[in-house]
Amino acid sequence: MMTVTTEEPLVKIEGLHKFFGQHHVLRGIDLSIKSGEVSVVIGPSGSGKSTMLRCVNLLETISAGRISVDGKLIGYREIDGKLHDLKTKEIAAQRRDIGMVFQRFNLFAHKTALQNVMEAPVQVRGQSKAAARTRAMELLDRVGLADRSGHYPSQLSGGQQQRVAIARALAMDPALMLFDEPTSALDPELVGDVLNVMKDLATSGMTMIVVTHEIGFAREVGDRLTFMDAGVVVESGDPREMIAHPQELRTQEFLSRVL
Amino acid sequence: MSHQATAPGHGGGPGTDQKTTDAPVLNKAVPVRHPGRWLSAIIIIGALAALVQSMLTNTNFRWDVVGTYILDVKVVQGVGWTLLLTVISMVLAIVLAILLAFMRQSENPVLRWSAWGWVWFFRGTPIYTQLVFWGLVSVLYPKIAAGVPFGPEFFSFDTSTVITATVAAILGLGLNESAYLAEIFRAGLKSVDKGQMEAAEALGMGKTKIMWRIILPQAMRIIVPPTGNETISMLKTTSLVLAVPFTLDLTFATNALANRTYLPVPLLIVAASWYLLITSILMVGQYYVEAYYGKGVDNLAPAPMNPAAAKAAVARTQSTEAAPRSPEESS
Repeated sequence: MMTVTTEEPLVKIEGLHKFFGQHHVLRGIDLSIKSGEVSVVIGPSGSGKSTMLRCVNLLETISAGRISVDGKLIGYREIDGKLHDLKTKEIAAQRRDIGMVFQRFNLFAHKTALQNVMEAPVQVRGQSKAAARTRAMELLDRVGLADRSGHYPSQLSGGQQQRVAIARALAMDPALMLFDEPTSALDPELVGDVLNVMKDLATSGMTMIVVTHEIGFAREVGDRLTFMDAGVVVESGDPREMIAHPQELRTQEFLSRVL
Repeated sequence: MSHQATAPGHGGGPGTDQKTTDAPVLNKAVPVRHPGRWLSAIIIIGALAALVQSMLTNTNFRWDVVGTYILDVKVVQGVGWTLLLTVISMVLAIVLAILLAFMRQSENPVLRWSAWGWVWFFRGTPIYTQLVFWGLVSVLYPKIAAGVPFGPEFFSFDTSTVITATVAAILGLGLNESAYLAEIFRAGLKSVDKGQMEAAEALGMGKTKIMWRIILPQAMRIIVPPTGNETISMLKTTSLVLAVPFTLDLTFATNALANRTYLPVPLLIVAASWYLLITSILMVGQYYVEAYYGKGVDNLAPAPMNPAAAKAAVARTQSTEAAPRSPEESS
């Protein structure tokens, strides 16, 4: 589904600003993610990295700047250089091709793991229940949880819930996956399972933006590492290079604290 | 659950089965004594016994009259009408309340304020006043017509043929109740974690689907107990429909019999017994509704395993690439 066009990036963030009231959270972010790339974003809490991610699928409105995914402007229609808000329905349609994984999993508490994964394909894409169930079981198997399909979220560990959440996002066959600190709410011994699923996903060619504190993941899997602080991109480049030899002082300070 | 209780918890590492050969010696502590429980039991049982004795020996209760009228045709019909009013008014109120609660959450300010105004009015005036008003609607508006204000008229009907005493009673009870239920539903919707909405939005679900399929089912857990309370309250509020006037419900029937026989006490007991019986049945119903909407949270009966899942699980365990997964007991 993703046509590899030579130059044009899949995700293009240009001059992104975000205000929460008077609070200027994002102060001009520029970031491009090529198709198939794993782009890891790190930074201290409050640096705006999660907000930036949430702007990509419009969970936060964009105060200034533009985001486009696969060449299409997110949240707006541009007519004669003037921006028009998209309707709720049109925004929903744009979100369908962007998968999102949350820090707190956010599985539907009243539905089993299987029902969680089947929900959107049936209700949004209009797939038959049988087809959606088959696909959901494949995905649950892929994240190692086929035997937990009948469990409710409250019966699953955090790591298991997060893997179901990844399967749920994948069921929509997204062109892009957003990960918002997917392992931050997990007990340390459960982090590995989730990271393994994400590694597997990266290997399969999925385009991913990963906001995380897992420097090891960035080094091992990332194609690009971006360090954000106080609402701006401080440094961006090859993860291994950047972790070994950070150029900016703030990056050096941050890495020395987390490594 | 504390030290070496039972099952290995979630996410335990692979193969750390700590089978200790010598079983632990269970603690046998002397339990705390509760003399207060015995004392309170004696007092309450004594009081109850006195009450029962007085009820049996005091001939003014006229239990024979209670027996005569408890299954009287007028009384049983009254029970039927009371149930009918309760059920239909509650259904009307619930439908309106869902609508009002959604309106209160709407991004459309007109809808938001209309819902607010509705609740303000119907909660702010007495139910008795509202019932009298609905009874008088046909006097106030003898004819109701549909058309353009100050313009042509499409059709019209006599109010009294449509707003009968039954309809007036149902409208009075239902609209009043909708205002209270709307607040209960609003509280329920607000109680659902914001993350549920975000997750559904991120999957590209539309607003209506998110409400009906994700938010409302989870809100029901909070909504059902107070709504059960309101239903029981409604059952007894139907006794006010005399204000319409509607004259077939249980309270009116027993009052009429009491006035005719000059025996109010036994007929009050007849009415009270029926209300108590219906309330008890409603409480049983509420238990099951609560269990249904508690699934995944309060009600964790092991969900049935999908056959395909079972097969996949077996297949994987055989080709042991044992990823560190929680070795829970079979489910």
